[in-house]
Amino acid sequence: MADQKSSRSLTPEEQKRRRTRSLALALTLGVLVVLFYVVTIAKLGPGVLQRPM
Amino acid sequence: MSTMSNSLAETHVESLATAGLSQGDVSDFFALLKPRVMFLVVFTALVGMVVSPSNVHPIVAFVSLLMIAVGGGASGCLNMWWDADIDAIMTRTAKRPIPAGKIQPGEALAFGVTLSVGSVIILGLVSNWLAAGLLAFTIFFYVVVYSMWLKRTTQQNIVIGGAAGALPPIVAQAAVTGHVALDSIVLFAIIFMWTPPHFWALALVKSGDYQRAGIPMMPNVAGPDATRFQILAYTILLAPLGMAPVALGFGGLAYAIISLVGGFGMLALALQVYRLRQGEPAMRVAQQLFGFSILYLFLLFATLLVEHGFGFFRPVFG
Repeated sequence: MADQKSSRSLTPEEQKRRRTRSLALALTLGVLVVLFYVVTIAKLGPGVLQRPM
Repeated sequence: MSTMSNSLAETHVESLATAGLSQGDVSDFFALLKPRVMFLVVFTALVGMVVSPSNVHPIVAFVSLLMIAVGGGASGCLNMWWDADIDAIMTRTAKRPIPAGKIQPGEALAFGVTLSVGSVIILGLVSNWLAAGLLAFTIFFYVVVYSMWLKRTTQQNIVIGGAAGALPPIVAQAAVTGHVALDSIVLFAIIFMWTPPHFWALALVKSGDYQRAGIPMMPNVAGPDATRFQILAYTILLAPLGMAPVALGFGGLAYAIISLVGGFGMLALALQVYRLRQGEPAMRVAQQLFGFSILYLFLLFATLLVEHGFGFFRPVFG
């Protein structure tokens, strides 16, 4: 059953939609990375480099 | 017989294959978040932030606001997942992504749950866990209490369910101050009291839609006249409540004028809705109240935003 599902080829329209969905997901992940970095710097401020040795 | 069963099997395989493939575009997934409701969430949450004295970093405030917006969108998405059957029946909602066949219910569920969990965790990490807990409660209240329970069982559905839509200013204030104060509770009360006249005005116009879908909205259950009385009663409570920020000192001179004029406008229209009960004029005035109620709430919150966010605050007393 699984083989039959995967053997169905996508139409050009479906391929295009899948591509835009993948790009949107990649963009979201990229934004999250930037967001976490910026928030870390904003919350820690100058103390970002001060770590207990 | 064998040809027939083969044909059935092929159809079954085809439907499974089609069901496994997402047909949705990025815009369809965005539509699942109810962008217009999300805008209202961002807007009221932003006002909840600016009226609260705090020294939180602007980036932290921005990300908190973003997570409140995503949480609001996630609850809209889960609402669409749960209500897909009735959305397909109503003209207003039939073109939503799930009833339109663009997005599979399972996709919407996964999307909504991911965004819900993600937004709550990130808000907790970025601001504090009180705000995150309040956001989680808002999502739970909208999806489980309103969508799954109240909406299809009681005519008071949007009165109690309206609490979910009124919570964003409280979540936002908690995010930037770490506590909940009277300011945001008053903003909550204004939205809460505004919801019944706003939705029931729409329900008077669209009662046929709700009737077909089997949703017990006030006009279908208690009748249009009882609904008109309830609209008037809630508006009589709403108009003075809209002026409460002035009495509490966080609504300035501009807010006092806007809330006074807007409150009278709401009362005048609610009175018209109560009086006009037949034919086209009755529908027209209900439509006008629905439209004006959006403008009224927008103006109240926009005035607070301008007064506090852009330094235009002029106290009424002292």
